Amino acid sequence: MTKKKKSKEDTAVTATSRVSAIKELAWFAGVATCIKLLLIPSYRSTDFEVHRNWLALTSSLPLSRWYQDETSPWTLDYPPLFAYFERFLAVFARLIDPVITDLHLGLDYSSNSVVVFQRLTVMVSDVVLFYGVYRLSKNLEASRRRILFALVVWSPALIIVDHIHFQYNGFLIGVLLVSLSFLEEGRDLLGGYAFAVLLCLKHLFAVAAPLYFVYLLKHYCRGGFWRGIWRFLVMGAAVGSVFAVSFGPFLYYGEMEHVLQRMFPFGRGLCHAYWAPNFWVFYIMFDKALAYMLGKLGFHIQTPAASFTSGLVGDSSPFSILPQVTPAITFVLVLLAILPGLVKAWRDPQPRQIVRLVAYAYTCGFLFGWHVHEKASLHFVTLLAIVATRSLEDAKHYFLISIVSCYSMFPLLFEDKEYPIKVLLLVNHSLLVWSSFSSLISKSKSDKEREKVKSRGLVDNTGKGLLGCVEIIYLLGILCIEIWGQFLHQYIFGDKLPFLPLMLISVYCALGMLYSWIWQLHWLMKNL
Amino acid sequence: MKEEKSRAIGCLPVEMDWRWSLSSIVLFAFLVRSLVSLHPYSGASHPPMYGDYEAQRHWMEITLHTPSIHWYHNTSTNPLSYWGLDYPPLTAYQSWAHGLVLNYFHPPSVALVSSRGHESPLGKLLMRCTVLLSDALVFFPAAIYFILVYCVHRGKKDASLWLLALILLNPALIVIDHGHFQYNCISLGFTVGAVAAVLAKHDLLASVLFSFALNHKQMSAYFAPAFFAHLLGKCLKRKYPLLEVLKLGIAVVVTFAVMWWPYLYSVDAVMEVLSRLAPFERGIYEDYVANFWCSTSIFIKWKRLFPTQTLKLFSFGATLLGAFPSMVQQIRAPSDRGFLFALLNSSFSFYLFSFQVHEKSVLLPLLPASLLALDEPVIFKWLIYYAMFSMFPLLCRDQLVVPYVALLALFLLIYHTPHGRPHTKGMGFMAWKWLIVLPVLVSIVLHITYLSFKPPEKYPFLFEALMMILCFSQFVIIAGYANVKQWMLLGSSAGTDKEKKIL
Repeated sequence: MTKKKKSKEDTAVTATSRVSAIKELAWFAGVATCIKLLLIPSYRSTDFEVHRNWLALTSSLPLSRWYQDETSPWTLDYPPLFAYFERFLAVFARLIDPVITDLHLGLDYSSNSVVVFQRLTVMVSDVVLFYGVYRLSKNLEASRRRILFALVVWSPALIIVDHIHFQYNGFLIGVLLVSLSFLEEGRDLLGGYAFAVLLCLKHLFAVAAPLYFVYLLKHYCRGGFWRGIWRFLVMGAAVGSVFAVSFGPFLYYGEMEHVLQRMFPFGRGLCHAYWAPNFWVFYIMFDKALAYMLGKLGFHIQTPAASFTSGLVGDSSPFSILPQVTPAITFVLVLLAILPGLVKAWRDPQPRQIVRLVAYAYTCGFLFGWHVHEKASLHFVTLLAIVATRSLEDAKHYFLISIVSCYSMFPLLFEDKEYPIKVLLLVNHSLLVWSSFSSLISKSKSDKEREKVKSRGLVDNTGKGLLGCVEIIYLLGILCIEIWGQFLHQYIFGDKLPFLPLMLISVYCALGMLYSWIWQLHWLMKNL
Repeated sequence: MKEEKSRAIGCLPVEMDWRWSLSSIVLFAFLVRSLVSLHPYSGASHPPMYGDYEAQRHWMEITLHTPSIHWYHNTSTNPLSYWGLDYPPLTAYQSWAHGLVLNYFHPPSVALVSSRGHESPLGKLLMRCTVLLSDALVFFPAAIYFILVYCVHRGKKDASLWLLALILLNPALIVIDHGHFQYNCISLGFTVGAVAAVLAKHDLLASVLFSFALNHKQMSAYFAPAFFAHLLGKCLKRKYPLLEVLKLGIAVVVTFAVMWWPYLYSVDAVMEVLSRLAPFERGIYEDYVANFWCSTSIFIKWKRLFPTQTLKLFSFGATLLGAFPSMVQQIRAPSDRGFLFALLNSSFSFYLFSFQVHEKSVLLPLLPASLLALDEPVIFKWLIYYAMFSMFPLLCRDQLVVPYVALLALFLLIYHTPHGRPHTKGMGFMAWKWLIVLPVLVSIVLHITYLSFKPPEKYPFLFEALMMILCFSQFVIIAGYANVKQWMLLGSSAGTDKEKKIL
């Protein structure tokens, strides 16, 4: 009798807390949306025209020609499900302004209607992100939940990439979060299904596929041999159906070759025009240093014709001394790097750890992958935010990596008018993370848990807060690099060495990224 | 325990230390301003006269390249018909200082004569930066000073951040300064500083700061009755009233003398500047401003019935009459809350009844309303909404509809921050919900009609007139309520006693 009453009360409590969580999330999302609205006239990259072209292409051509069309240089290179998404958006675009979806008239169209429309689609599609965060925040206590909302919904990097530069990362990461939230709840089938949807929206997310595979194999397909096989088949059918729906029509029209060619353009070279801050930056720098030193020693060094700054590298090796890097090598390296994560997932497939494992996989993909964009760091930094709100140990790590990740995106916005905006976004974010986590730490210290926390080593021995000496010096270094790039470089070198500030940012942020990878690897090894 | 509680009631729903929250609110307010500055300014690419942006830029050009005695004088390089300077000398000095910044980074944008109608991305960015700079140097410090004096030093630390956020994120102020383009943040900032100084009992400092405000924009005189009455009332309660009044008077006179120094060499020069400041030839109202003269002109054609001279007298008398009750209240019983109410009432009286009022002048009554937000949150929200609405046609012309919507929404969100606002007691007067809800519904319909329909040809300004009448009716209600509220303070003398006890 009393038990029943109690459970009733419990559900009432969870219901009210759910309502207050939704209210809070709506508040955070509302504030973020106001900021996004104000960003409508800001700088937009060629990605804006890319997506506009896809609206036109998918709505005015038959499906069989989507992956063939070359009217614009910005050809369709996302998987089919995303193309369907664009086709869906095009329905509304045509209602608002038919020029948007015109394959020829719409080229480089930049009237108010198209700008407002496309910006609004990004804002609206962010609802998926909000939903994902909401699902992942269910088991958090109120204060941590609010921090999580602030970190993800107000993420400066997401705002910079999606709402200034223009992309749909919030939407895509939202799908990832939804998938992970299902896994955390133990609803593996739905989680796998959502991940398949994500892969068919953007295949770059496939980096975590091995991990998903191992995890689902061990966690979902358990309970004896036959039961395991049955579950494996069910999961296969669920994932397969997603792929069938998205790729099926193209298979039917015999278009798969074109689709795959577009989706995997390996001709693009190891690094993007602006080097993403990953492992390969060190490789290139090492090569250059070697060439320089050997040249000084009197060896004849052939300098490569292709430069790294052009973005498009042909067949010739861009390296002077070190061996050429091929896609296959990067593929193997990424797999090797993920291996500890796979082992962990195999040995101990725990729903509580899945977010962390997937974040680790994306970190590896970012560090060692082929033609990585700086934007890809969003994939794991957003996930690390979720991990950070659960343990203070990770909060410290997150504080550093979120700043590095956001700062590495600064070169995306090179126009003057966005300068104060990106700086204020980053500074305010760091302030928020710093002080909210600090107050969490001081709170948890003042609690009874104090002893427990200490014995677990969750707070470092000095107990002073989030940052150690090295981290502080590293972050101050970012400030120096920014001041150098913005003011001193121009002053000292004038127009000479124009690539130097960008290179400095890449190398310096790569250090932070490498640190993050090692930190996560260390954690994995400790908890294997 | 107590400390924890206060942390939970910060402005941000995330628990943070007070100082960190304060800095993040300040940074956020800057962020919002820099975002709004991406949008178009008034008169962008509209030759030959452009708009307020061009006026401000032109003043930089004039002050930078001509001697100060020619600033208000019609010369070949400074034809007063083309955006002649019509603000007091501090605006001219400010233009000169900002002109230096522009001249350093982008000389063509402020070159004499040749820069007229200058429009370039860099020029726009620099101009926008000068407004941001003014905000950082004047309005923000003043607002922080105010919340320190009004909240933190009086044991209301919990609520201070919410109040600060509302003062800094006032959508009307942001959209006019950083969208439309003006420097209201300077004169309003000095006024806030003066108010804070009054509350902190630094009356001399207050007089100097308010003189600054008056010397930046003559519209600051909207607050003059309240300052005058409150300070006079305070002086009268002291031991040597005359001496106190004299001290304040000297402070004001000296400040004015310093500001007007370049023109003090002859009476004619002073008169020339003064005549620039009072443009009576423009008529009692322009466009569709939601004040008494314009709204009643639908029934009584003031402009046709009376000569300008008579109308001047009318408006002067009506304004004084409107401000009179609140002045009397403050002279009789000067109190801090009463002072804030008096600021609201006297500025409202000016807005509603004075000569030549512009839509943008609604910023002036908004300021004391924002300072009163803790005491009268509903009034502030109500006023903000209609103040924005009364400027809607103006902002539409400037293509600032998106910032209009976003800033208003942002303001409402901040106002309703979860755990942000300390619980307020219900107000009997506010029980009539329909009084609020019905006009809001009408205004929403008007917003939509204005954007999507063309008015009938016979009445091209039908929508503007309807908006004006609606806003005017709301303003009258709010002003009436605020006057009653102020006088009720007098009745409950306990109010003043309580205040004394806390101090």
